[in-house]
Amino acid sequence: MGTYVPNTKEEQKQMQGIIGIDSIEELYSDIPDEVKLNAPLNIPSGMSEMELSKKITNIAGKNKVFDSVFRGCGAYRHYIPAIVKQVTSKEEFVTAYTPYQAEISQGILQSIYEYQTMICSLTGMQVANASVYDGACAAAEAVIMSKERKRKKALVSASTNPMIIETIATYIRGTDMEMEVIPTKNGITDIDVLKEKLNDETACLLIQQPNYYGLIEDGDEIGRILGDTDIKYIISCNPISLGILKTPAEYGADIAVGEGQSLGMSLSFGGPYLGFMATTNKLMRKLPGRIVGETTDAQGNRAFVLTLQAREQHIRREKASSNICSNQALCAMTAAVYLAAMGKKGLQKVATLSMSKAHYLANRLCELDGYEMVYKGEYFHEFVTRVDKDVDKILKALENHGILGGYPLGNNPYNKESKGQILWCATEVNTKEEIDTLIQILKEVD
Amino acid sequence: MKLIFEKGNTNRGCDLIPECDVPVVTLSQKFHRKIELNLPELSETEISRHYTELANHTFGVNNGFYPLGSCTMKYNPKVNEELAKLPGFTDVHPLQPEHTVQGSLFVLQQAEKYLCEITGMDHMNFQPAAGAHGELTGLKLIWAYHHDRNDSKRDKIIVPDSAHGTNPASAALAGFTVINVPSTDDGLVDVEALRGVVGEDTAGFMLTNPNTVGLFEKDILEITSIIHQAGGLNYYDGANLNAIMGVARPGDMGFDVIHLNLHKTFSTPHGGGGPGSGPVGCKEILSRYLPSQGIIEEDGILGFAHKDEKSIGRVKSFYGNFLVVVKALAYIMTLGAEGLKDASCNAVLNANYMMHRLGDVFDIPFGNGPCMHEFVISLNKLKKEKAVSALDFAKALLDHDMHPPTMYFPLIVYEALMVEPTETETKETLDEAIRIYKEVYAYACKAPETMGDYPLTTPIGRPDEVKAARNPILRFDFSSK
Amino acid sequence: MSDKILFMKSHEWVQFLDDTTARIGISDYAQSELGDLVFINLPEVGDEVIVGESFADVESVKAVSNVYSPVTGTVKAVNEDLLDQPELVNSEAMETWFIEVENISDKADLLSELEYKKLISES
Repeated sequence: MGTYVPNTKEEQKQMQGIIGIDSIEELYSDIPDEVKLNAPLNIPSGMSEMELSKKITNIAGKNKVFDSVFRGCGAYRHYIPAIVKQVTSKEEFVTAYTPYQAEISQGILQSIYEYQTMICSLTGMQVANASVYDGACAAAEAVIMSKERKRKKALVSASTNPMIIETIATYIRGTDMEMEVIPTKNGITDIDVLKEKLNDETACLLIQQPNYYGLIEDGDEIGRILGDTDIKYIISCNPISLGILKTPAEYGADIAVGEGQSLGMSLSFGGPYLGFMATTNKLMRKLPGRIVGETTDAQGNRAFVLTLQAREQHIRREKASSNICSNQALCAMTAAVYLAAMGKKGLQKVATLSMSKAHYLANRLCELDGYEMVYKGEYFHEFVTRVDKDVDKILKALENHGILGGYPLGNNPYNKESKGQILWCATEVNTKEEIDTLIQILKEVD
Repeated sequence: MKLIFEKGNTNRGCDLIPECDVPVVTLSQKFHRKIELNLPELSETEISRHYTELANHTFGVNNGFYPLGSCTMKYNPKVNEELAKLPGFTDVHPLQPEHTVQGSLFVLQQAEKYLCEITGMDHMNFQPAAGAHGELTGLKLIWAYHHDRNDSKRDKIIVPDSAHGTNPASAALAGFTVINVPSTDDGLVDVEALRGVVGEDTAGFMLTNPNTVGLFEKDILEITSIIHQAGGLNYYDGANLNAIMGVARPGDMGFDVIHLNLHKTFSTPHGGGGPGSGPVGCKEILSRYLPSQGIIEEDGILGFAHKDEKSIGRVKSFYGNFLVVVKALAYIMTLGAEGLKDASCNAVLNANYMMHRLGDVFDIPFGNGPCMHEFVISLNKLKKEKAVSALDFAKALLDHDMHPPTMYFPLIVYEALMVEPTETETKETLDEAIRIYKEVYAYACKAPETMGDYPLTTPIGRPDEVKAARNPILRFDFSSK
Repeated sequence: MSDKILFMKSHEWVQFLDDTTARIGISDYAQSELGDLVFINLPEVGDEVIVGESFADVESVKAVSNVYSPVTGTVKAVNEDLLDQPELVNSEAMETWFIEVENISDKADLLSELEYKKLISES
């Protein structure tokens, strides 16, 4: 049996003696016999580190790691600089708790403050929090944050990632909020329908930019429509795209949210990822989660602390702006180190390369018989093709060559015409050679 | 310390990405970012040193004793960190075909099996990313259960006044009204008061057991049965499971739905605030409402079961904080049945040892009998007689290279300090902590007027929190550069 | 201080401007117990306030407390200075009103200043 209990049996006995008990069992005397386990747990015996290492490595080996990935849908393979992995493995960061004791937590507090600053820089917004669980949860929190006494209806564009829409729906079910999905036209939010749906009960509109299909929404026009109202404009954005694309702030957004996984986090079968949230000064006190602020100590030294805590659950309890306690702090630090390593030019380069490779892939695919673009609009690093062939067969052929092809859209509940559609993605890690190989393979598939 | 934005120079940077090998594309002007993108411009040397400096100003479990009550700051085994970094786990896309992620599905399946055995539940779902997220999910299950039975007048969730703040906050977020039930002078749920508040509008009851003052609710069967008889469901907050692994199970105490904190009980690190993992477990009666159904096996191939039409829907993208689950599974496999029980027993032994040895000096409000894995000290006497608060006491501990206990929780104890040593600390560490606590206490009695000055040896003194909250500065101002 | 100022046991003060209009704040004792205030959540003009129910809350760094209404009526004005300067309550609690209420239709059992002083001296 492996153990992390350092005290020897003799030491344990010695401690029992000091307490005045003969066995540890006596300490459990408050537990009624009816609920005490009378047999050992049905879990195999423990093992040494060496045995464990072998077993788990064997389990990991049952997963297939693809050499090339052309699939995104909310989880993206980007290059992760070595410094990101090294810094975020530092034991002080890994093993610390939430920084309640500021005097011995300035490192983690400052890192969060720097992260908040970078999220504000990226999105153009004025205030960011210290992270939430992921992009879908950030969207749901933003929707809840937009609620006002007389405005309780959330509008969400159908061009948003279905997982985000579903998460919002789960969060608000059973509460006094409701949600309506605004349909798409040509792959982007149908602005005519949107206009009809707005009224004085509308709390917010959430769009995704670039949207689920990779297309760029007319964020300016939506901003103009919402501009004169009290309806909160929420944009769920891709942080890499913000290296070159217009920011939520420039569109007039009230709340910017997004999935931060692209900023230095591995795919990891879906998590841990990073939900980021940023807003205006006006909405600052409605922002959920931890927030770090700058202040001074008695000597006038710059100091960082968790602040605006009276919004939070440990003080406001059932009246808190959110129930969040643990967040994704180490993932936020990952994003900050990534952005520091990339810098402005690096991020612009990652964005430009991802977009350029996606366009190259799209052009090459459309040269093939039977492939066409489903939408005509401008897109970032994802796009949808329609093919009059067996999608499963296509993806299987790619898989056999170590390539994870695009995502088959066949079962999207918000898009009934998705048969034969594949959502492709490319990033800076996909080389021209990889793309050319993919095209060669697809040429052979009837 | 300088901020990262105050270091570096224009055009400095790291060469990380190759040049573009395909034609470069640009979009229409109207989609271009026009505002400045302010990010650091640093060499790799500067970045590395910056974060080393920040690490030196951060205190983790690896730096010293961290008896933060209700947080279970036990040692985070290194092998688990290493194994969670295997490319077979990190480089797998969440939307790969199932037959290519058999390892990941096996991890989820095994972790579910073991955690169900440890807790006495029938199902475990890993979507929730943290304890509070698990609470929200569990409460949604309770809502769906009543709603599905056309019993939707049940809109009240009962919580003890000693509960974690997340309990009432989660209940409110899930759309329920919160009813607080008082504790007795013994620190336990007031059973008669509970009987008085249940009724046809009771949706459920939330409880940690051991509870937040570190005591096992000995009337637990009566408590859960009062709720059941009223037609409600019992929710177990797994924050304090570390006391009872292999000893007792929430599933045998009458709980219908639970969440666990893998970042507490199952040794995964807190990362300065996260990521954690807050899987939600339930009995069969609630299984159809789970965010997703479990792993099924067909012809030796693992796959996700189809979603049930009664599901509350997902609470997060994909399947939760998967890598955290890998670490927790590794922990369970290392310890095995015997080791898990041994961990809990030693967590309880360490807590009782400290409580016993501190009892001659400190007021321990519920210290008549044994505690579970943690106990609460009240410094109310010190506050009243010497005007030294729990905060002052905690700040003085900072000068002794140890993290203070949790302060001002639970709310039902005045000037509370909550101590949870965990099982991974040696007797010497406990002895040293006991010595320091007593030394600081003696000093506080002797020179109370100086206690507001501590800490003296930390990188900064006490920060001005009022200033921070009145005039929030929440990001660096680049125009000041 | 005007002799028209009355108090609630929960430490709010009310000053009647006429029979149906009044200003409401919190007592000096209340602010000293709460410590440095960092934010005050106020209602909006036009909101209804009800005797004994919370109409605002005051935040210190580590606590939130409800402020209860001594009267039933409609909010005529809110003291917007408090949004930027909650510290006014700490420095001049009795001069710093939170809201002005009109159309007052009901009021709580209120204490005179003397009675209130007796109450806090006993607590």
